[in-house]
Amino acid sequence: MKSRKREEVFFKALMMASLTLVFLALTGIVAVIAAKGLSSLNLAMILETPKGGYYLGKEGGIANAIIGSLYLVAGATVLSLLISLPVALALQKEYLGKRFADITRLVLDILWGTPSIVYGAFGFVVMVLLGLRASLLGGIIVLTLLMIPIMARAMDEAVRLVPFELKEMAYAIGANRIETTLAVVLKQALPGIFTGVILAFGRGIGDAASILFTAGYTDEIPTSLLDPVASLPLAVFFQSGTPVPEVQARAFTAALILLFIVLVVNIIARLLGWRFSRNIVR
Amino acid sequence: MKETQMKDRLPSRQLRKRRLQEWLGVVAGRGVLIVVNVLALGIFCGLLWKAGPILQAIPLCDLLFSSDWHPLKNSFGLFPFIVGTLAVTGLAMLMAIPVCLLASVYLAEYAGRRFRELARLVIDILAGIPSVIYGLCGILVIVPFVAWLGDRAGAATTGYSLLAGGLVLAVMVIPFIISISVEVLRMVPDPVRESALALGATRWETVKYVVLRKAKRGLLAAVVLGFARAFGETMAVLMVVGNVAEVPASVFDPAYPLPALIANNYGEVMSIPLYDAALMTAALILMLVVAFFSLTAHYTLMRIGAANE
Repeated sequence: MKSRKREEVFFKALMMASLTLVFLALTGIVAVIAAKGLSSLNLAMILETPKGGYYLGKEGGIANAIIGSLYLVAGATVLSLLISLPVALALQKEYLGKRFADITRLVLDILWGTPSIVYGAFGFVVMVLLGLRASLLGGIIVLTLLMIPIMARAMDEAVRLVPFELKEMAYAIGANRIETTLAVVLKQALPGIFTGVILAFGRGIGDAASILFTAGYTDEIPTSLLDPVASLPLAVFFQSGTPVPEVQARAFTAALILLFIVLVVNIIARLLGWRFSRNIVR
Repeated sequence: MKETQMKDRLPSRQLRKRRLQEWLGVVAGRGVLIVVNVLALGIFCGLLWKAGPILQAIPLCDLLFSSDWHPLKNSFGLFPFIVGTLAVTGLAMLMAIPVCLLASVYLAEYAGRRFRELARLVIDILAGIPSVIYGLCGILVIVPFVAWLGDRAGAATTGYSLLAGGLVLAVMVIPFIISISVEVLRMVPDPVRESALALGATRWETVKYVVLRKAKRGLLAAVVLGFARAFGETMAVLMVVGNVAEVPASVFDPAYPLPALIANNYGEVMSIPLYDAALMTAALILMLVVAFFSLTAHYTLMRIGAANE
């Protein structure tokens, strides 16, 4: 009896230790980035673009990367929303045989898991075919590819949670599939859809591997879709490896801003998910 | 839902309009689904097409199992990179799996509802941290730590090593695996637990003999998904792993995983067609391996989900 009790205590201690370790590691990351980033954060860093000699530690900030990242992800979010929402709605069982829907779900899962570097390489091939160079447009296209599966799967989950009884009511009073989808399903699934969009936004803004070849990097803020564009994750990546402390400080600031955006976006997604869900019939 | 019984009557103008609207909507919906499937196929075919030249020029066996990587001399052995990927991922999983299992059992079986929800919220949010940030933390914290460790162990190392890559990757996949594992464990129905407890089992015995056994396949799927995630992870690993194209002999040696190979060299090598194709082969390998693992894992999870409904 005693040994059984001891085993219980032992494993419980082990579990708590692992959980503590996980939280320590993850809060440690936030703490390290915050500590390093805050010390080099100032207004000029956020508002100014680099003024030449950037990689040697001359003056200027990372406004180009902040604006660039927002351009890239805003474009990609809109484009992937336009594709993902119809996909998620069309995956309902009224539209299709179950088999085709299941296959599409698996395909989306594969795309969801596909490493972003593969999207980057594929995107580069497509851009070469189209005669595009590293540009805002190229980056947006690749990020869109990356974000579609994330968004579509999240929305699909939300759409699937809509109780079938609700749809049956709509059908019973004579609504057709499109009317039911637009008037009932869309409204019911709205919080989930919104969460999906925000989650995809968070993934998109942090992804470096996919835009490494396709978006390029520049000190300017792009003025057209065909200009190369800087981005926060690449600003972190390119500047963290240098020995010059001023340049490293910019990497830290970029990391801090990126982390801040991602955390805020994720928290908003969850909170709004809760808030909206009060009006939902379950 | 089919309006067959209405067909006998003469459809009014408005009805016809609505039917047309529905028909258009359904066709558009199916069209979008087809587009998505074609897109996936297109990515695969595109990679295959670009990898084609080297697959024809060099036997697959040589490509995969030769350690000779001298692109300028036309020898493309991907073996060091494949070993590098497997070693980094394996090491990461070795460190992550016990921690993940223990932490998720605690969250699912011991913790109260409120704490569990809060912990999952935090973990889900942290799972969204971009990989460059993990990489940066790796450079700042883990690389010096590994260098210190190597010093103690008597191995010459800069800290940019297999071990550093494994550690960073382990921290990255932990929230991901925990998030799925907790869900899987919660899917085990409560009566199962209650009957074990009623027979006099302790909490831990219930977990060990009943819950874990029941959730075995789901947990395996969670681990496999984590593996697939880690396998293709690029930036975080690239920043700390050292990137030397040799088969590493110890955990303190640098390694060079496939994603890092692509990220470091792609885009500059369009002038050497076979080099380009070799990197595409690397991308193709990544995609196929990850697709295989995530497909089996998702399929398992889907079946478990369907069985519970």
